[in-house]
Amino acid sequence: MTEQKKHKLSIILSIIGILVLAGALFGVYATTSSTDMLRTVLQLGAIYALVAVSMNLLNGFTGLFSLGQAGFMALGAYVFAIFTIPAAQRPGVYYLYGVADWLANIELPIIVALILAGLVCAIVAGLIGAPVLRLKSDYFAIATLGFAEIVRIVVGSSPLNRITNGSLGLKLIPKFPSFFFPFIVVGICIFIVWLLINSSYGRAFKAIREDEIAAEAMGINLAKHKQMSFIISSFFAGVGGALMAMYMGAITSTTFNVTLTYNILLIVVIGGMGSLTGSVISSFIVIAAREWWLRFLDQPFFIAGVQIPLFKTGFRMVIFSIILMIVVLFFRKGIMGTREFNWNFILKRLDKKEKAPVGGEGNE
Amino acid sequence: MSDKKTILNVKDITMQFGGVVAVNNLTLKVREGEIVSLIGPNGAGKTTAFNVITGVYAPTNGEVKFHGNTIISNFPKGKMDKLYAGENKGKYKKTLEPTPDKITKLGIARTFQNIRLFKELTVLENVLIAKHMRMKANIFADTFRLNHKEEAKMKADSLELLRILDLYDVKDEIASSLPYGKQRHLEIARALATEPTLLLLDEPAAGLNPQETDELTEFIRDVRDKFHLTIFMIEHHMNLVMDISDWIYVIDFGKQIANGTPADIQNDQRVIDAYLGVADDE
Repeated sequence: MTEQKKHKLSIILSIIGILVLAGALFGVYATTSSTDMLRTVLQLGAIYALVAVSMNLLNGFTGLFSLGQAGFMALGAYVFAIFTIPAAQRPGVYYLYGVADWLANIELPIIVALILAGLVCAIVAGLIGAPVLRLKSDYFAIATLGFAEIVRIVVGSSPLNRITNGSLGLKLIPKFPSFFFPFIVVGICIFIVWLLINSSYGRAFKAIREDEIAAEAMGINLAKHKQMSFIISSFFAGVGGALMAMYMGAITSTTFNVTLTYNILLIVVIGGMGSLTGSVISSFIVIAAREWWLRFLDQPFFIAGVQIPLFKTGFRMVIFSIILMIVVLFFRKGIMGTREFNWNFILKRLDKKEKAPVGGEGNE
Repeated sequence: MSDKKTILNVKDITMQFGGVVAVNNLTLKVREGEIVSLIGPNGAGKTTAFNVITGVYAPTNGEVKFHGNTIISNFPKGKMDKLYAGENKGKYKKTLEPTPDKITKLGIARTFQNIRLFKELTVLENVLIAKHMRMKANIFADTFRLNHKEEAKMKADSLELLRILDLYDVKDEIASSLPYGKQRHLEIARALATEPTLLLLDEPAAGLNPQETDELTEFIRDVRDKFHLTIFMIEHHMNLVMDISDWIYVIDFGKQIANGTPADIQNDQRVIDAYLGVADDE
């Protein structure tokens, strides 16, 4: 098989794969009720997948260890919520402090607000990027962590009461217009990141991850490329935050605390730093395990009529943490490492079959 | 020899770290099309000199001209104004401190003493990254493949380069999986992909066995002729240096102690005292 043919085949296989996944999704939609656990896990998994991919772009591909993802999610979620809560219901939402006059009648369509949420995050990332990106490794992590906390505290602070509703948070945020909405948005966003990673700029990002000094000696402007990666990552984190707001319907500033960043970091590490498909797979697995498969651990558990004492609320998280420790200790590179999912295992088999009739000789 | 154009002109470069003068008042010229070597005992300041020329360090004093244009210039100021222990203070008044990527853009490429490839990436990707700098498309055009012609040309050029340098067969291998000698070749290939006019090699033969060193000698000559380059290198292997160089500069303790043709250098008493006499190389 020639390289071009292989390339074509793997594109065809990818399209088939996506269609199968879409079909499965439709199957889930057709056979489950709207409160089914499977639906929850899939939707939440998709949202986490987008945020994990955005974090991976920075941490796994550009080698910038950022812990600011929750901050950008908060920013995105709040921007989205502020501009989409139905104008008629605003007095109810802002019942205590009242709504700012300029805001009272603004109501943006969902798609516009989603993009706006991303853009605001991108602009903020552009502003803080210049000073923050001068810092190296741990210092950069601490600075971004600090930024995330600042965002969280500012949006919940009283001077912004008439915009963000302070510590009361926002509610009546529009829900997903359809079951498929988050999957389509997330799918488009991840596809764009995938295109970026495989472009020349994506290669430049990877070069910075591999060796900054060599990358600079090869003519890559470090400051500019780090800035671009930071801005793009923040854009998608903002969109992810907005989707999270839609999913939950109500947000407060505490939704986006540091724990959220760590959860996303876990997904990235388990999936493999530097693998998009790894992040996607691991976010569905982690969310399913946390929200669904391990739920039984929180229920009272009886063996032969005797209640086992450990099984009570919170035990689930203990087991979950132990599993994580095992993963980090023994599968340090995560599910995928830096590799991406590909169709080579099928292509190789096809290759063999094709070659077989001519007695093992290649016929290219 | 003097009828050739000078392409790199290093003037009175002093590099001082705190109280330590690593390079002291170094002046040298590299003429077009030549292979010039910089030699000296360990710790003489050779790599520091390279780092100044490539923009890794801003010099404390002095300037560097490339193709007649001043590309780097500095003078002692601030705390260094009092501490300065070098010469020619006050001769230079300009501050010009470009970052390494800007120097590379001007056409000076380099390799590193301890190989610095992008280890986890393939051979082809290593070369493609070096081509990135010359790309005209912005990040949006590139992401959405609006520049597929440019991208295709980049790839074709890179493959052509690998073919010329005999690395085509391993183009899809991970860089760190190559044998050491091939990694050296790849590092040079990657530097060539930035389309330089001047190539700086920092100990290209370090860690190579005698046979690989001989191959490298041929390789460097070959590269110079095929790509019409000027080569400036640091090297310890005296065989290689004497064999290949058109001109040699010798430095010791940061100061230039001699320069001349290989024959001159071999007979220079100061050099023998400082370097060749004690080195048991030959």
